[in-house]
Amino acid sequence: MAEKVLMKGNEALAESAIIAGCRHYFAYPITPQNEIPAYMARRMPQIDGTFIQAESEIAAINMVFGASAAGARAMTSSSSPGISLKQEGISYLSGAGLPAVVVNIMRGGPGLGNISGSQADYSQATRGGGHGDYRMIVLAPSSVQEMANLTIKAFDLADEYRIVVMILGDGFLGQISEPLTLPNPSGRSFNKASWALTGAAGREPHLVMSLRLSPEEALEKVNLALQEKYRVITEREKRFETYLGDDADYLLVGFGTAARICKGAVNSLRRQGVKAGLFRPISLWPFPHEELKAASRRVKKLLVVEMNSGQMLEDIRLALYASGDADSSPSSAEIDFYGKMGGTVPQIEEIIERVISYEK
Amino acid sequence: MKSEEVMEKKLVYGRPKALADCPMHYCPGCGHSIVHKLLAQLIDELEIREKCILVAPVGCSVLAYFYFKVDGCEAAHGRAPAVATGLKRVHPDKMIIAYQGDGDLLAIGTAETVHAANRGEKISVIFINNAIYGMTGGQMAPTSLARQKTATSPYGRDPADVGQPIRACELLNTLEAPLFIERCAVNNVKNTIKTKRALKKVLMNQISGKGYSFVEILSMCPTGWGVTPQQGADWVEEAMIPYYPLGNIRDR
Amino acid sequence: MARGNPEVDQERCKGCELCIGVCPEEILKMSDTFNRQGQRYAVCFEPDRCTACTFCAVICPESAIRIWRYAQVKGGKNG
Repeated sequence: MAEKVLMKGNEALAESAIIAGCRHYFAYPITPQNEIPAYMARRMPQIDGTFIQAESEIAAINMVFGASAAGARAMTSSSSPGISLKQEGISYLSGAGLPAVVVNIMRGGPGLGNISGSQADYSQATRGGGHGDYRMIVLAPSSVQEMANLTIKAFDLADEYRIVVMILGDGFLGQISEPLTLPNPSGRSFNKASWALTGAAGREPHLVMSLRLSPEEALEKVNLALQEKYRVITEREKRFETYLGDDADYLLVGFGTAARICKGAVNSLRRQGVKAGLFRPISLWPFPHEELKAASRRVKKLLVVEMNSGQMLEDIRLALYASGDADSSPSSAEIDFYGKMGGTVPQIEEIIERVISYEK
Repeated sequence: MKSEEVMEKKLVYGRPKALADCPMHYCPGCGHSIVHKLLAQLIDELEIREKCILVAPVGCSVLAYFYFKVDGCEAAHGRAPAVATGLKRVHPDKMIIAYQGDGDLLAIGTAETVHAANRGEKISVIFINNAIYGMTGGQMAPTSLARQKTATSPYGRDPADVGQPIRACELLNTLEAPLFIERCAVNNVKNTIKTKRALKKVLMNQISGKGYSFVEILSMCPTGWGVTPQQGADWVEEAMIPYYPLGNIRDR
Repeated sequence: MARGNPEVDQERCKGCELCIGVCPEEILKMSDTFNRQGQRYAVCFEPDRCTACTFCAVICPESAIRIWRYAQVKGGKNG
């Protein structure tokens, strides 16, 4: 019987990385994710792992590049401005086909912003803050338990597809303490012998690089292979959850902390006789477009709730026109939006009031 | 009876095995080529080919890993010491060599250079100082000399405006951890032989697991400087060495 | 006095002429003809005066020069 422990989101994530077999972690302090490097600074020496407080977020992502090229599971974490610094490194990891886990515990922006939790890096994460035709798998936990579980998943996905996986949390999830059951290792392992840098003993030298100068079409070939990889991931790795969505008249759509608040709103609305439900994307890339379209056909209205200016709305609108499912006609569900920016928390009463206003 | 004398022919200087067979893209008379040769010779002599992982910079030597029969790793501009740190922490028993130019090491990568040295990462860092940014067409480098004309200092480097050139060895010499810091040159035979000796020490320190070693090598960039290779070699002697004195600065 | 022979790989030579400057015997010069790269290459015009000092090979950026050293060895058919 697995015991429950009480942990902060940031710490549950860190311990789960260790459970997943990560032994190399590099990061720079920034609020509100500092518990992760502090936790790793204590835990890594206990298990002969590597913890380095790097000189910058840029140095940290490049240490991840090196450790990953060497064949190890490596992770870095930061918050919004630090993630901006890592964009070049993320592009390089993507071009070189290296697995890595990058954690963004989002805070208010833009710029230095504030240290409150926010969701304002959705576009940066899903549309690529770095340069070039690449994608990251983006996972959005909504609870401390999910901070843990999705971390185990993240390392497996990273190794399986040789891709960067971003865990997109926020300052609230990072800071709250909840009881959780620490996950077990997945039991999956991945053979990296065909490409990892381990010294060219008894084999041809391996090169880890994203530079493809010539022949000119060499870079195109790499890109075609990346696009095929992303196509396969889009088919296989969508994750989402619905709550009381089957008979709902109104569907709240939210991820992460916003989704927690929405769940509370749904429960309160149901008690008042309003048939509300929740659609919660867990993978923001690949986004569950077809699945949202199917869910939206049954409802009168969608209320998208985000802690940003409405960055997910683009994916919502794309979802209504998604063509990958059996019924290719677009969904005609109306879209409403409730958002709070600058690290401000959406108020459950305002969400409830908004949905009730639909009935009038 | 008189014994006959026979002439025996022995190869006393050949092409190193660790050097790949392909032509290198460097310009005629480029210092990179000379250093690549010395490094390949040492990889042969020290028998470390199967343990080496070479981290290339961004700059003229961005394709350095094509020229050695060892595992090679790219690094973003300036980040080779950080990439090398990640590699060495995963593979403490392998030879991690970071090879960088003056923009990579002393402009964009200054923080990574200083901090990998300060942490005493057990890597070997080879710094090619040719006082210019070659690959991008000859712009001013942190090591370009006062009054040196470049694409971005067309009237000559003005120290009052952009500061004096930076001396990497002396900068790193303020740190505790580095074991070995030396400045060499490849502009003539005597200096090139000393460069090989310093490079050997830099590699030996990692083989024995002792710590961080650094060698700065003054090199010609005939194309960037707009001179012939021999004129370039002369300029290293007459202009660079007086400002960047050769010699060992630290050998613990 | 050692005797040697510098063997220049004319296709690898890029014509930088550094070897010419370092040869103590001054027996290297650039060729009259071109290699396949369209480049003049170094040639030793008096190999008999080569002392196998290896200076040219040391400075050659392309590892294009191999140095052979001749040594007289005693011994032959009648021991």
